[in-house]
Amino acid sequence: MRAELAELYRYRELLVMLALRDIKVRYKQSLMGFFWAILMPVLIVCAGMVVRYAYAVASNKPLSLIDISSLAVKSVLWAFLVSSIRFSCQSLTSNNNLVTKVYFPKEILPISAVLSQLFDLFVVGCVLIVLLAIIQHEISLELLWGGPLLTITIMLAIGIGLLVATGSLFFRDVRYIVEALLTFAIFFTPVFYDVSMFGQKGHWLLLNPVAPLMEGFASILRGQTPDWPWLSYSFAFAVTVIVAGYGLLKKAEPAFAETI
Amino acid sequence: MSDIAVRVDHVSKRFRRGQLHDSLRDLIPAVMGRILGGGRGRSRAEREFWALRDVSFEVGRGEAFGIIGPNGAGKSTMLKLLSRLMKPTLGSIEVNGSFSALIELGAGFHGDLTGRENIYLYGAILGMTRREITGKLDQIVDFAGLEEFVDTPVKRYSSGMYARLGFSVAAHVDPDVLLVDEILSVGDALFQQKCVEHMRSIIRGGATVLFVSHNLKTVAEFCSRSLLLDHGRAIVVDSTPDVITRYMTLLRQHRAVSQDRPVVITAVHVRDAAGPCRRFQSGQKAWVDIEVVAREHTDRSAVVLYLRDDSHYVLFVTSTERLGHGNFSLDVGDAFCCTFELELNLGPGIFHVSVNLFRYDNEEWYDNWEAAETIYVWADRDTSGPVNCFPTVIRQEIHVSGQPAAHRDTLHRATRQIL
Repeated sequence: MRAELAELYRYRELLVMLALRDIKVRYKQSLMGFFWAILMPVLIVCAGMVVRYAYAVASNKPLSLIDISSLAVKSVLWAFLVSSIRFSCQSLTSNNNLVTKVYFPKEILPISAVLSQLFDLFVVGCVLIVLLAIIQHEISLELLWGGPLLTITIMLAIGIGLLVATGSLFFRDVRYIVEALLTFAIFFTPVFYDVSMFGQKGHWLLLNPVAPLMEGFASILRGQTPDWPWLSYSFAFAVTVIVAGYGLLKKAEPAFAETI
Repeated sequence: MSDIAVRVDHVSKRFRRGQLHDSLRDLIPAVMGRILGGGRGRSRAEREFWALRDVSFEVGRGEAFGIIGPNGAGKSTMLKLLSRLMKPTLGSIEVNGSFSALIELGAGFHGDLTGRENIYLYGAILGMTRREITGKLDQIVDFAGLEEFVDTPVKRYSSGMYARLGFSVAAHVDPDVLLVDEILSVGDALFQQKCVEHMRSIIRGGATVLFVSHNLKTVAEFCSRSLLLDHGRAIVVDSTPDVITRYMTLLRQHRAVSQDRPVVITAVHVRDAAGPCRRFQSGQKAWVDIEVVAREHTDRSAVVLYLRDDSHYVLFVTSTERLGHGNFSLDVGDAFCCTFELELNLGPGIFHVSVNLFRYDNEEWYDNWEAAETIYVWADRDTSGPVNCFPTVIRQEIHVSGQPAAHRDTLHRATRQIL
């Protein structure tokens, strides 16, 4: 394992280069590239607004500005997670000429897919921060929790990415299963809603490892610290998924060239 | 570091053939079926086949080593094992020093990126650092001859330009051990010449080079030692001329005789004055004995003899009829024998002797034996090309610059006129 990690480190430039390739290619199609980065998050935010508005009307609780900003932040991160998983899932199969013809540590492909999505997140994040500044969102020390929360989200994206990329290389339909799961996973994750809305039963929702992260983002925007135990659960889950995904990919790697 | 650059130790590679389940939709019913229905289907051993069996060889540091063999011999598997894309089922492969493979040129290119961006990308894929690539960028672009197009997206490149850029990047990786596939056939003749020169300089620079090729000429030109693979087994590891001789014997055995021919070429043998021979000195005489047996009555046939070069390009054709011996007719069971005497004014390299049975008046083919024999020609002087004009330099002088030399002017004028 150690030698493999050392090799991954040696190939770090390739990791960046492949991520840059994806970004360049996406943004080279001129303005559409930029809109593409914005489109998906904007759509999710709008959808969330509609849902949230309906809830506000039904429960007679008016929508607060903080609800909207937390909804926006969560949606943007959710969009990142979904597209990271989607792109890393295809990363090995769509680069099959590289996978079968040239030797390099193959985990680089799914990881670079996540990295290139991270760039989009950065672009959208900038837009979002400007918007939050305009509505004069309160600034508190708790916002610093955003760093660890984002890190765990990225780890989760990489871990799941490694798993599904390897899976879809061996079984073509893994990709469709992943697509289906990604489409409906938003209903099981507190992106458009808060866990607190479910009262006592909300804990069941937190078993979804993404839920404590989303809740965490919502908390820090309200100036509260995230829920520690649940956050460690997410962290432990992310570490497990990364170790499992990496282990699986490394174990299956010698069979890649025989499979495609 | 040891003196061994590559050590392949009792390597075997097994593949499973037959249906592979590449989707869960197929896999799950299959697994369920196997559990419920017991061991239906063919047994495991039947579905396996060994692409390589117990292959061992060593390549010394700085050596150029060839791997040859007919189709399906296991060359590509060996290539993938050496480049670590697959793991051997048994045995081990040890490579000392950095390793790079000149195969599948431009595998990492992206059409929307410019030549320059692709150089960085492909370079990184091949294991170069950004700094190394920056240092070699001009060389790479210059070698590919694409100075004007570095900032054009490669999707606008012609296929030749694409391949040239790919080769150029790959050729500048500078590893300790280099693996070369059939890639010296990229681009036009001029670029190929450049590639060959470049390979020479890499070998001179002390790199260990492994050639995996059908092209015996390249192997003969570069490699002192070679390995012959056939059906996954190492037939012989020896000096290249000996290995090539062995390969030719092997090729002869692979001929499948079809049953529906009215006349069949049953034997083609090449010999020198002493007896059977496949290695000739340029200019030496060779005799080709041919035997033909008729299965049906045939009229007016002639035996045609071809010489082809290593890329199977026809260099020379003659026939019994063209040499003034008329045609012959055979009855069922009759045999016809003839011998051609040839003066092998050929350049150093590999040549295939092919034999045809042809009827000139209605242009009908009776039988055809491609590469019935393959011969290896060596020359006592350093020339290249399919023919040997037995050159000698009879005059060579230096005209010191600054001195009026009417001679040089005329030479220049003459050159200009020719160009």
